[in-house]
Amino acid sequence: MPPSGASRLRVKQTNGITQVEFIDRNILDEANIHQIGEEITGLVDAAPAPKLLISFANVDHLSSAALGTLITVNNRVKGRKGQLRLANIDPQIGEVFKITKLDKLFQIHETTDAAIASFT
Amino acid sequence: MHAPHTLQPDKAVIHIANTREDIERAEGALLGALERFGYADAARFAVRLALEEALVNAFRHGHKNLPADTTVRFEFSVAHDSVLMDIEDKGPGFDPGKVKDPTLDENLEIPTGRGLLLMRAYMASVEYLGKGNRVRMVFKPKPKA
Repeated sequence: MPPSGASRLRVKQTNGITQVEFIDRNILDEANIHQIGEEITGLVDAAPAPKLLISFANVDHLSSAALGTLITVNNRVKGRKGQLRLANIDPQIGEVFKITKLDKLFQIHETTDAAIASFT
Repeated sequence: MHAPHTLQPDKAVIHIANTREDIERAEGALLGALERFGYADAARFAVRLALEEALVNAFRHGHKNLPADTTVRFEFSVAHDSVLMDIEDKGPGFDPGKVKDPTLDENLEIPTGRGLLLMRAYMASVEYLGKGNRVRMVFKPKPKA
């Protein structure tokens, strides 16, 4: 777990796409979720029509509060005429997206490469 | 690992403050009991998620107007064929009937209101007791194929 105040994301910019990975394996703590939301919002606001890819490769657990933050990020990306993709979601977490029907709201890809290829 | 049917139910009552340390200590006690009874990873995921959601509801909604150090009472009982969790906050109570269905198309973009849905999806039963400030959840493992 990163020390308090440190970034909770690993961010990489490639060919106009902002790739984000989580440092925490468990996205459960409300303060951390708030910080993650603020950090991703900063990335979204930094580009005119952001192309954002969020990878869940390291994530074992997430809560409905984390889903709420993703929805807020999605709304913000849409508001800026950008595109959001999710990738590398573990089957157990994939089930959470299915139960909440958020698999209909988000564009989810199995791999980072597939997600990158889907940007228009 | 097979569920040891001869093991006595593992029970505890824990008072939890709204800190990550307290929440993880309670989860650790519960998940340790699940492990002793041979519950699979998927079961531990489900139980942990439901507990997280119930605690978020208790602290965020139940204790909204109470001092920050107000604790939640968490009682669990783990046996080979079920896990019972009882979470009681000190708030005014909650009416689950007032929660909008977050899976409807018109509500998909609303960022809140999914905790109860997840609790119900993963648990065999979710019941609000008393004035609605106590939630009792029961998890039943899937029968082995």
